[in-house]
Amino acid sequence: MKILVCISKTPDTTAKIAFTDNNTKFDAGSVQWIINPNDEYYALVRAIELKEADSSTIVHLVTVGGADTDAIIRKALALGGDEAIRINTECADSFSIAAQIAAVAKEGNYDLIFTGKETIDYNGSAVGGMLAELLDLPYVSLATKFELNGNAATVTREIEGGEEICEVSLPVVVSCNKGMAEQRIPNMRGIMAARTKPLKVVEPAAVEPLTSISEFSLPPAKTGVKLIDADNVAELARLLKEEAKVI
Amino acid sequence: MVLVFIDIAEDGSVKKTALEALSYGAALAKQLNVAAEGLVLAPVTEDLSALGQYGVTKIHQVKNEALQHFDAQSYAKVCAAVAEQTGATVLIFSHNTSGKAIAPRVAARMKAGLVAGAVALPETSNGFIVKKSVFSGKAFADVSVLTTVKIISINPNSFKVEGDANGSAEIVDADIAVDAPLIKTISTSKQSGEVPLAEAEIVVSGGRGMKGPENWGILEDLASSLHAALACSRPVADAHWRPHNEHVGQTGGAIAPNLYIAVGISGAIQHLAGVNRSKVIVVINKDPEAPFFKAADYGIVGDLFDVVPKLTEAIKQL
Ligand SMILES: Cc1cc2nc3c(=O)[nH]c(=O)nc-3n(C[C@H](O)[C@H](O)[C@H](O)COP(=O)(O)OP(=O)(O)OC[C@H]3O[C@@H](n4cnc5c(N)ncnc54)[C@H](O)[C@@H]3O)c2cc1C
Ligand SMILES: Nc1ncnc2c1ncn2[C@@H]1O[C@H](COP(=O)(O)O)[C@@H](O)[C@H]1O
Repeated sequence: MKILVCISKTPDTTAKIAFTDNNTKFDAGSVQWIINPNDEYYALVRAIELKEADSSTIVHLVTVGGADTDAIIRKALALGGDEAIRINTECADSFSIAAQIAAVAKEGNYDLIFTGKETIDYNGSAVGGMLAELLDLPYVSLATKFELNGNAATVTREIEGGEEICEVSLPVVVSCNKGMAEQRIPNMRGIMAARTKPLKVVEPAAVEPLTSISEFSLPPAKTGVKLIDADNVAELARLLKEEAKVI
Repeated sequence: MVLVFIDIAEDGSVKKTALEALSYGAALAKQLNVAAEGLVLAPVTEDLSALGQYGVTKIHQVKNEALQHFDAQSYAKVCAAVAEQTGATVLIFSHNTSGKAIAPRVAARMKAGLVAGAVALPETSNGFIVKKSVFSGKAFADVSVLTTVKIISINPNSFKVEGDANGSAEIVDADIAVDAPLIKTISTSKQSGEVPLAEAEIVVSGGRGMKGPENWGILEDLASSLHAALACSRPVADAHWRPHNEHVGQTGGAIAPNLYIAVGISGAIQHLAGVNRSKVIVVINKDPEAPFFKAADYGIVGDLFDVVPKLTEAIKQL
């Protein structure tokens, strides 16, 4: 069994969101970067669990990004995985990221490709589906449970207001959602081991993006909270109906 | 032509998010001076021609056994084939669980630029620029689509359903070959009677201040008085007080209801990320310093066990 886990880097969840260059670029100034939580907690940890259940399983990590992504991919390797591949190019759009990963995936002959359910900075929930299409593989999105049975998998995925259980033969692309696995804290042994695990840097394929970001903006700030006395709860109900008109 | 994917629920009914997509597609078609048409793949129990009221003139329906159960791969293939056959230049999806599975596949298949999670109609006076939510609701990005065919998936609850009761759409059977799905659906389960969280106009959400799962009755009562869906903070889902699908925030679901009532939630930045697109936020917390009050429109500083039942009563009295 050969598994590929797609790892992206995102600003720390508490990072201040601000923009520079006439609001065309994210202000990375003092921002701490982390592994996208959906990729780490759900995709990567589930892949590691599958390797723990069957030691012949090989787990590769892949990321699209410049050299500044290396620290993140080492952090991911500290949690587990055998080797990492960094495709050396800045991210342009979801399609170009998917096309870059597809090129690596085709060469690696993976049985299973995990992505996170979405990046917490771009919120596309798109790279996994695009990758599946480019590889002409089935795609299970927003998976909350994943069990292997031989050359097939039973996967539970989120649907509106419920869940669906389906069966699919490998190879398959799966986007991983809360429920797949639980967050792990890397230990000293993992961190030491990660230093010597192979991190291959490959040059990108020629791909043209299909979209580009022209400008960022921030939502208008709230004007301030209207406090209602705890002894006068009925006033809140009245305000919601007559002033805010939401009930 | 603007082609709208009409998402059908497991019971054959048209999803509310599909009506939003139809309204959006019709408004965009008007802006571009072209027609808006719909596409239905799953088995339906409703009268489709009535969807004309949302502004579509024609609905392409593909009837095929192989489309009985949702499969992103076969659905995407059919969407792309219909789009090509009909010469659609813009495809509209909802950014819901189905849209997230199909739209990216169609985009990659047609090499068409995708804006996933749009919150407004495109700006088309100079190029084709669509505003989308980024940084988990903390910012917006204007995304330029550089290809001839454009694909937009719209965030649930960000576009108003608008119809004119007189409209009627022509239904045409689309003759498209369909592959047998490689994914076999075993079962689907829905929390019956409940409002799906992503589609809900009102959401009542509980945090660690609720003290334990046994206390959720008061939130359920409040939610049912408002026909609201339930949500929760991450520690609540992590402790298994509530199911994972109710977890909202940076690592859970992102929602944008008209009204979000946060009960016993401190308002950590990761929680706010998933809910700050809500139109009106009400916070009930005993700590006046709770950060959530800064992001709220209305607030009550008080003991939730006292305030919540009173609020439910007051709402019933309205
Ligand atoms: C990478 C990362 C991702 C995260 N993702 C998420 C996410 O997606 N969603 C999320 O929610 N969190 C997330 N978190 C966790 C987040 O930082 C907070 O820890 C969490 O939101 C706190 O949950 P809470 O508000 O329920 O609990 P607490 O912070 O403990 O707050 C409980 C609140 O209840 C109030 N309270 C207590 N008793 C009463 C009473 N009787 N009456 C009224 N009020 C009362 C208290 O004053 C307090 O404000 C994430 C954290 C990290 C690091
Ligand atoms: N630059 C990247 N490198 C590797 N994987 C990525 C990258 N960007 C996104 N992904 C993967 O695709 C998933 C969905 O991303 P998105 O479509 O941006 O929401 C993420 O959770 C990652 O698993």
